[in-house]
Amino acid sequence: MRFYEYESRRIVERAGIPVTQYGFCTTPEEARAAAERIGGPTVIKSQVLTGGRMKAGGVRFADTPDEAAEHAAAILDLEINGHRPVGVLVDPKAEVEQEYYAAVLWDGRAKRPMMLFSDMGGIDIEQVAEEHPEHVGRGHLSNLLPISDFQAKEVVARVGLTGSELNRATAVLARLARLQRDWDMTLAEINPLARLSDGSFVALDAHMEMENEAVFRHRKALEELGVDLSDPREQYEPSEFERNVKAIDAADHRGVIQGKDHGFHGNLGLVIGAGGGSLTLTDAVRAQGGKPANYSEIGGNPSVAKAKGLAMEVLKKEGVDKIAVMMSIVSNTRVDIVARGVIKACLELGKDPAETIAIFRIPGAWEEEGYKILDRYGVEYCDRSVSMWEAAGRAVAKIQGGGASANGEAS
Amino acid sequence: MAILLSEDFTFIVQGITGREAVNLTKECLDYGSKVVGGVTPGRKGREVHGVPVFDTVEQAVENHGGPIDGSVVTVPPAFAKDAVFEAIENGIKLIVVVTERIPRRDVAQMVELADLRGARIIGPNCLGLIAPGICKMGGIGGPAKDAAKAYQPGRVGVMSRSGGMTTEISSSLTAAGLGVSTAISIGGDAIIGSTYAELMPLFEADEQTEGIVIYTEPGGRMEAELVDWRERNDSRLPIVAFMAGKFMDDEEMRGMSFGHAGTIVEGKEDSATEKIARLEAAGIPVVERIDEIPDRVKELLGVAA
Repeated sequence: MRFYEYESRRIVERAGIPVTQYGFCTTPEEARAAAERIGGPTVIKSQVLTGGRMKAGGVRFADTPDEAAEHAAAILDLEINGHRPVGVLVDPKAEVEQEYYAAVLWDGRAKRPMMLFSDMGGIDIEQVAEEHPEHVGRGHLSNLLPISDFQAKEVVARVGLTGSELNRATAVLARLARLQRDWDMTLAEINPLARLSDGSFVALDAHMEMENEAVFRHRKALEELGVDLSDPREQYEPSEFERNVKAIDAADHRGVIQGKDHGFHGNLGLVIGAGGGSLTLTDAVRAQGGKPANYSEIGGNPSVAKAKGLAMEVLKKEGVDKIAVMMSIVSNTRVDIVARGVIKACLELGKDPAETIAIFRIPGAWEEEGYKILDRYGVEYCDRSVSMWEAAGRAVAKIQGGGASANGEAS
Repeated sequence: MAILLSEDFTFIVQGITGREAVNLTKECLDYGSKVVGGVTPGRKGREVHGVPVFDTVEQAVENHGGPIDGSVVTVPPAFAKDAVFEAIENGIKLIVVVTERIPRRDVAQMVELADLRGARIIGPNCLGLIAPGICKMGGIGGPAKDAAKAYQPGRVGVMSRSGGMTTEISSSLTAAGLGVSTAISIGGDAIIGSTYAELMPLFEADEQTEGIVIYTEPGGRMEAELVDWRERNDSRLPIVAFMAGKFMDDEEMRGMSFGHAGTIVEGKEDSATEKIARLEAAGIPVVERIDEIPDRVKELLGVAA
């Protein structure tokens, strides 16, 4: 789950890391008031869950409260990469002596959280790591032992900091490490972390991402912070297809279906599964010249109604008149249930299953029963002796009117 | 000989009274596996397909009258860490975590404790493992007769980030007459108990295993770790890889995950294209078509196709 910058600031603040006297505003009037309270030059920043704010004009500088209100009005109306801002952040323009980078994230290979610290803040950390490796300190944390300050101190010292700079940065990094663990963040980043003219440290920008699987145990704390949990925070607006499939899945606890069509623009409907099978089949269709209209996943033995629901949604998509029903060998999901579901979908939409289902390739549990049903409706099917690649090729050939060969020579 | 499992391998099922766990228990018993107990707190005294149910792992061990080798954990995500800790602290050395959607911190804690105690975790978000003809631990391959159809004893070790694809690939190896020494569904999450590289030494030491097939996906650094392992060790085992999810490299798919939680691409190195290049450069062929796997393995083993 991604957080808006103003939410990330609240989380950082709550963890005891100093932040500026920022204001989160949803109207130009609020922005003016915030700028007045700050008293001095301000920065107005769009609150959207997407990058490239600066380039898009979503970050502007103001010298007076009136100017702050003016910028806020413009930014509140400005869509960035298809995202509308939920508000603006009004921040004092700080007198920065030095910028640093501090982050704690998962190192999947070490299976531990890793602290990162650099005295070259404000810029892309991957670039710093590549060009100035001596300016990036790293250190891993145990998942079981308490987090000790000395571990943060070592990371900061590796970059060459000393004196009060070292001590102040250590406190920030140690708190950030505890924040990452306590809040189940996949990424807890402060960039830049600034040292002001009086020597104090303050987080000028923060980027927090919480693991979706862990949100359930932070509901109360998130509500206290004013985080709207009903906001889906998707990277893009879900399509009608995606919303409908989700609703069908939620209506019945048996099995799981998923459907996505963001980025898919083809004409071959895919009713496929399970996780790895869907990835393999989508690739196989594309590699043989097919153009998928969507991606889907069937798993965990869904009901007939659920399988039917997915197939109907795929068939209702514009430009789709054939579906390929394919899975890797199933051991839990029943072949006959999926067969009944997809045939029902065709019939309810007034379509001939034999014409509409380009290929049915689901081998495994209850396959004999499934094949009997498919026989009755004249649907072409195959068992495990026909590979996933070959089955995908047959579907592509059918939709192209025999244009592509079934043995995999892509057209 | 197989790895990790043996004829007299004993295990319990934690969360045994759940719907999926009841099925899995029957499948394993039918296959001939020795399921010596089950645990569901508050359900002591019941039986699941003749397997006694206990409140604690400690009771299950006491009833068995000696150490139990393994546990299949099927409890809901919020309780999974506790269940795994309980298994580890009661001396269980091989833990298969079936549960999906466990928070990463909990998984990392389980793995760290397992390391401290000399235990091994397979999963989470996996279907378990099977030594064909010897023992099936978890839902892998499904009902005993289906598992027997897809998995026949043989010379190839299989490791897969997808449970279903473990069976698909093994079935094709069985059909090609190569067979399977041990097949492991290693799990689809970002952090898992046993990676390819961490399992390689076991296959290396197993006389039955002559080659390895891995199924892999975008996301994570597990393939880079395998390449490093190969470079540091003089391995006798040829590896054939298959990469699914190449379509995720498209610009429009950026930041999305498909199939499994672990497919989230967090850096350039995690993409399918980068991984394929890395594996190929290390002498691990990555086949384009899933059905090329058996022939490619035969070629590397010097077996007539």
